[in-house]
Amino acid sequence: MAETGTLNMIQALNDALDQYMERDEDAVILGEDVGHFGGVFRVTNGLQEKYGSERVFDTPLAEAGIVGMAIGMGLAGLRPIVEIQFADFIFPAFDQIVNELAKYRYRSGGQYAPRVLIRTPYGGGIRGGHYHSQSPEVYFAHTPGLRVVVPSGPYEAKGLLLGALECADPVIFLEPKRIYRAARGEIPLDYYTLPLERARVVRKGEDITLVAWGAMLHTCQEAAALAEGEGYDVELIDLQSLAPYDLRSLVRSVERTGRMVVVHEAPMTCGFGAELVAAVQAAAFDCLKAPLQRVTGFDTPFPYTLEDHYLPSAERITRELARTIEY
Amino acid sequence: MTQPPFQILGEDGSCPDSHRGLLSDDQIEKTLDAMVLNRILDRRLLMLQRQGRLGFWMTSHGEEATIFGVAASLEPEDPIFLSYRELGCLLWREIPLPLIFNQLIGNSRDLCLGRQMPIHYCYREWSIPSVSSPVGTQLPHAAGFGYAARLRGTGRVALAFCGEGTASEGDFHTALNFAGVFSSSSIFVIRNNGYAISTPESVQTAAESLAVRAEGYGIAGYQVDGNDLLAVVNVMREARARAAAGEGPTLIEAMTYRMGAHSTADDPSAYRTEEEEAAWNRLDPYERLKRHARWRGLWDEEAEAAAQAGWEERVVATLAECERHPPPRVETLFEGVLETVSPQLEAQRDAYLADLRRSSTTDIEVP
Ligand SMILES: Cc1ncc(C[n+]2csc(CCOP(=O)(O)OP(=O)(O)O)c2C)c(N)n1
Repeated sequence: MAETGTLNMIQALNDALDQYMERDEDAVILGEDVGHFGGVFRVTNGLQEKYGSERVFDTPLAEAGIVGMAIGMGLAGLRPIVEIQFADFIFPAFDQIVNELAKYRYRSGGQYAPRVLIRTPYGGGIRGGHYHSQSPEVYFAHTPGLRVVVPSGPYEAKGLLLGALECADPVIFLEPKRIYRAARGEIPLDYYTLPLERARVVRKGEDITLVAWGAMLHTCQEAAALAEGEGYDVELIDLQSLAPYDLRSLVRSVERTGRMVVVHEAPMTCGFGAELVAAVQAAAFDCLKAPLQRVTGFDTPFPYTLEDHYLPSAERITRELARTIEY
Repeated sequence: MTQPPFQILGEDGSCPDSHRGLLSDDQIEKTLDAMVLNRILDRRLLMLQRQGRLGFWMTSHGEEATIFGVAASLEPEDPIFLSYRELGCLLWREIPLPLIFNQLIGNSRDLCLGRQMPIHYCYREWSIPSVSSPVGTQLPHAAGFGYAARLRGTGRVALAFCGEGTASEGDFHTALNFAGVFSSSSIFVIRNNGYAISTPESVQTAAESLAVRAEGYGIAGYQVDGNDLLAVVNVMREARARAAAGEGPTLIEAMTYRMGAHSTADDPSAYRTEEEEAAWNRLDPYERLKRHARWRGLWDEEAEAAAQAGWEERVVATLAECERHPPPRVETLFEGVLETVSPQLEAQRDAYLADLRRSSTTDIEVP
C-alpha cells in the first residue's frame, strides 16, 4: 500500500507542484507574490526555497506580462506554470490567452505549441464581492485551443494538476478557493495523475442526474442528501474537465435517470450549463422525462452583502431536483 | 534622476519662508485633525474586522501626507479616481461618516446597495467615481475625464492614484500615453509605498525611479517625499495649474511607506524586517506635520488631545448607529444591471422570490 496523508486542497496542490518541479527541470513557476511569500493562498509555499528564485519567482504586477512572458518561455522550451492571483484578475491577460496561447498550435500548423498552465483561484462564498468571486470558466471553455480543468477536492486537485502538467496543451486550471482549506482528505503522497476529460460519478442514483464542478459539487452533495430525505435518489456527477468535457458519461447517466439538473455559480445566460443541456438533450432525447434544468448564479454581477442569495444553495438545488422529478 | 526626492519640511519642522504660504494655518490644522480621524478609523476598523463585524479593511497608515497633500491641492469638483488606500480623500472632502460606514458594512443605506466589498467607494456628489478591485483600471479613466474637462473647458482636473505595483500594469502605460498625446487635464499620483502585497518595489522596475517614465511619455514628472505634506502640495499645485491651463498631464511619484499590512488578509512580518519598519516610522508623516505645526505655533497638545477624544466618541457612536441598519432588500440584487431588467433576469428574479416566499426556513423579509 502506498503511503497516504491527510491534506487540504492547498497542500495537495503544493505537493503536486513540488513533485512536478522535481521531475521536470524545464518547469518554472511565475506570478504575483508566488516566490518568497509562497502565494497569497500559500499554494507555492516553500517552492522558491527549494528550487531557487530562477525557477520560482515573483513578477511585476501585470497579468498580460505574466502570461505573455510565459508563452515566450514556452516557445523556448520551458514549461511555465503561471499563477494568476484571483481569476477575477485574469482579464488583463485575456488577449494573450485567447488570441495567443489558445491559437498558437493551430496557427503555426503545429510547429509551436507552448505548454503553459495557468492556475487561478475562482468562485464565490468568501465575501469577496464583484472582484474576488467570479467564475469565468465559460470564457475559456468557449475558446478553442484551451483545456479547462476544475478540481473539487484534494485528491482531484493533485491528480488533475499533475495530469494537466503532463499534457501538451495549454490549460486553465481553476481552483475553487472557498474549499481550499475546507476540503480535506486522505490522498496518496506518491506521484499520480488523473485523466483529464473524464467526469466522475460521485454518487449513484436512479431518479435524476445532478452535474456540478468545483465548490458547487459540495453544495450538490448536501442537496442530494436533502433530496434523499424526501425520497429522491440522486446521481451526482463531478464534471472535472469543462473543455473538453465528458459528454458520454453524462448521456449514459441521463439515459438511465431521464432527468438532469446542472449547477454552477456563474450567471445562467450563456453559462456552461447551457452547453451541457443542449448537448445532452440532443444525445438522449428519447430517454428524457422532464426538461433539463439549471440552478445557477443570476444574470447580475456577483454581489457582496447578498451573496448567499446569489450562490445556489442546497435548498435551492433540492427544490429544483424535486420539481424536475415531479414534473 | 539621482537627486533625492523633492522635500520642504526640515527635520525640526521648519520650512523656508518661500514655502510657508503653501498652506494656511487653518489648512494645516484641518489636515492634522483629519489625519487624527484617519488614524482612529484605521485602528477601529482593523479591530472591527478582527471581531468579525467588518468584512475587510486596508489601512493607509504612513501614507497620509501623500493622500492629504493631494486632496488639499485639488478643487472640490476635481474627480479623484481612487485606487483603494486613500480614505483620507473622503475625509478631506468631508463626506459624512455614516455614508462611509454604510458602504463598509454594505447595509441598506449604502449608496451602492451593499453590492461591493468594503473600500469600494463611490460618491458622485463629492466627485469620487466608483472604486474597483482590478488594479490600474481607473488610470485611463482619469485620462479620459481629463480630456473631456479640457475639451469642454470646465476647468476640472482629473486625478488618479495608484501604487508602485500597479504602475506595472498595461493600463498605467496606456493612461499616461493617452493623457500625453491628448494633453488631458489629468494628474497621476503613484504612492510608492515600497510593496505590492509582499513584492518589493525592486521587482516592479529596473529603472532608478518611476518618475523618470514621464519623459518617455513627453509629460511632466516629479519624484517627491511623500511623507512631507508641504512638498506634496507644492508639486501638486504646479501640476494642477498646468493641467487646468490645458498644458497637459503630470506624473507624480510620492515616496512613502505602507506602515501596516497590505490588508486584513496579510501579515508583512513574512516578507520585511522590523528594522525597515522602524526606520520609516521615524519619518511618520503625522509626526512631521505636527512638528511643523508646532514650529508655526499651532496644534498644541491640548488641541491634539481634544481632536482625538472628539473623534473617538463620534466614530464609536456613528459606527454603532450604522451597524443597526438592515442589509439591502433581496430584490435590489436584481436591479440596476441594465437600465431596465432583462426578461431573463426578470424570470430568474420572479422564480427565486416566489421560492423564498414559500420557504419556511428564511427569516429574510421578502417584498
Ligand atoms: C489586476 C489585478 N491583479 C492583482 C490584484 C491583486 N492585488 C490587489 S492589491 C495588489 C498589490 C497592489 O500594490 P500597489 O499597486 O503597490 O499598491 P499598494 O497596495 O501598495 O497601495 C495586488 C497584487 C488586483 N487587485 N488586480
